[in-house]
Amino acid sequence: MPFRSDDSVIKVRDLAVDFANRRVLNGVNLDLKRGEILGFVGASGAGKSVLTRTIIGLLPMQAGSIEVLGVELSKASQAERQSVDRRWGVLFQQGALFSSLTSGKNVEFPIREYLRLSPKLTTEIAISKLEMVGLKPDVYRNFPSELSGGMIKRVALARALALDPEILFLDEPTSGLDPISAAEFDHLLLTLQETLGISVFMVTHDLDSLHRTCDRIAVLSEGKIAEIGNMDVMLASKHPWLKEYFHGERAHNNEIQVPVKGRRVTEKRV
Amino acid sequence: MTAGTLLSGQVTAGGLGLAASGSWTAEHARTLEPLIDHATRTDTTVQRIIIDVTRIERLDTYGAWLIERTLRVWTERGCDTRIVGLPDSYGNLFKKVRAGVGKLTPDKHKRTGIVATLESVGRTMTAVGNDLFTIFQIAGALLVAFLSVVAHPRRFRFTSLINHLERVCWNAVPIIILITFLIGAIIAQQGIFHFRTFGADIYVVDMVGVLVLRELGVLIVCIMIAGRSGSAYTAELGSMKMREEIDALRTMGFDPIEVLVLPRILALIIAVPILAFIGAIAALYGGGIVSWLYGGIDPKIFLSRLHESISIKTFAVGMIKAPFMALIIGLVACMEGLQVKGSAESLGAKTTDSVVKSIFLVIVIDGLFAVFFASIGV
Ligand SMILES: Nc1ncnc2c1ncn2[C@@H]1O[C@H](COP(=O)(O)OP(=O)(O)O)[C@@H](O)[C@H]1O
Ligand SMILES: [Mg+2]
Repeated sequence: MPFRSDDSVIKVRDLAVDFANRRVLNGVNLDLKRGEILGFVGASGAGKSVLTRTIIGLLPMQAGSIEVLGVELSKASQAERQSVDRRWGVLFQQGALFSSLTSGKNVEFPIREYLRLSPKLTTEIAISKLEMVGLKPDVYRNFPSELSGGMIKRVALARALALDPEILFLDEPTSGLDPISAAEFDHLLLTLQETLGISVFMVTHDLDSLHRTCDRIAVLSEGKIAEIGNMDVMLASKHPWLKEYFHGERAHNNEIQVPVKGRRVTEKRV
Repeated sequence: MTAGTLLSGQVTAGGLGLAASGSWTAEHARTLEPLIDHATRTDTTVQRIIIDVTRIERLDTYGAWLIERTLRVWTERGCDTRIVGLPDSYGNLFKKVRAGVGKLTPDKHKRTGIVATLESVGRTMTAVGNDLFTIFQIAGALLVAFLSVVAHPRRFRFTSLINHLERVCWNAVPIIILITFLIGAIIAQQGIFHFRTFGADIYVVDMVGVLVLRELGVLIVCIMIAGRSGSAYTAELGSMKMREEIDALRTMGFDPIEVLVLPRILALIIAVPILAFIGAIAALYGGGIVSWLYGGIDPKIFLSRLHESISIKTFAVGMIKAPFMALIIGLVACMEGLQVKGSAESLGAKTTDSVVKSIFLVIVIDGLFAVFFASIGV
């Protein structure tokens, strides 16, 4: 897989977003490098979801620029926009599966729309994606209302992965999952990164997930990126919110040993 | 990129050698599939297959699955299959794709032809039976809730009742007036047009009066309300059901029938008679104005003729039906709403059902009342 760490798939510059005269994001600068998993943290209401939704074009921005896969989104034509759309996958906080379609048809939906493959291959790919995210093939026939929360997230991930995207946006993928499922999810993410070489933009509050999967972590505070870097940078940071976050009550310092990814991956990649 | 460069094959001593090259990715899957299918279909006699992927430039799950699928077809036929030249970076991808079954177990429940038709007829019949049962169940639960509220008046949700009254009654007034006015006008116009041929213009007043007050006024209003408020009730309760809000109420010890259904149905029972009255008046106005402008019947004559042709009984017959029809609309709407399942589609289907069933039942009830009044001679 071509891995060039100097090459950014997303470049956000001086981004500002307002809501009802209140500036939620004010001068965000951010790069997502090819092949990395970037974790995104910040207090509830800091604007993480707003930033994600702005990058994927669901919210208008007041100032700044967003470049995705070399395309400046605010200046892109309809066709350029669409070509970017099929190169990213989005996993929404609640899954956002189409409730009137079975899981399988949900996964097939983007494939059908964009690739126009034979029905046989479409179904096979959908099943293969469902299996890739750790589901049994027979989930294909279940409607979203018949699935558990964790399964819904997995199906939604399979749908996000349907077109083999280069970038994956995840909004709190492990919230609402039990710790075992969450760990499996992390594992899955690492496998996907290794097998498909995708770049991941992940909003999360799950400390284990941050430890295990993220190459870099960015912190959003007061409308800006307060800190960005690997786990060691986070742990050493003087930022008061970060100190509370990584050393506070919920941050089990010594009780459980979670392998820190930054260290392992740098070793492997040299 | 032409299709030819993606896959080329040659028969060697031991078997078939396929060489894949170029981009084996999602964008090319459409051209790749026929190529690879063609290869598996034509060379059926070979014993050994070697797929050389050294010259593949890009590979994703689509390409990996296509290669894997081909290998599986040949393996099933008892061939010896091998992939050579797989770069390390793609090893994991192949492993991941290979790990899957890639097939559904056959669907046992699928039926076809006459059996399927019979099954669907049977299901429809039991659904009708279940509907009847549920509507009595909800009516019973409503009665219980009503009695318990009568026993403890402070439990009654007065604010909710007022809120629903505003929505189903006050906000509906303009559209009800408009529609019934037009209906009255049309009836009068048609009446005058046809009665005029045998010089019985004046009887149009009798017709408008009786028809509007006894039958049409309340019927039109009920059909409007079923479409306007019944559907809203179903959609509201249905989406609450979908998002587990009704379960939340139940776990907090509230009875959803008492909290949600009772105020809604009471609001309808109050609103429909009021709207039916307003509608009847508007229709009489419509009829009167058309009679005057189109038929040349002076309003004074219209009024005095109206006095002669209708009595308070005519009016009462119409009004007495209104609360019963309101009850039916409310019951059907709430029943359908509470039966919504998880999907958006089921919400839509139940809302449609709610409107169709309540209009049907309103007309049935109107018929029953007509029989009843005829037999008691009113
Ligand atoms: N549609 C909206 N209208 C008004 N304000 C909004 C809207 N969406 C988000 N906000 C505001 O933006 C801020 C950031 O929200 P969000 O991005 O959802 O936070 P989080 O970081 O928890 O995901 C919040 O203070 C919220 O009040
Ligand atoms: Mg959020």
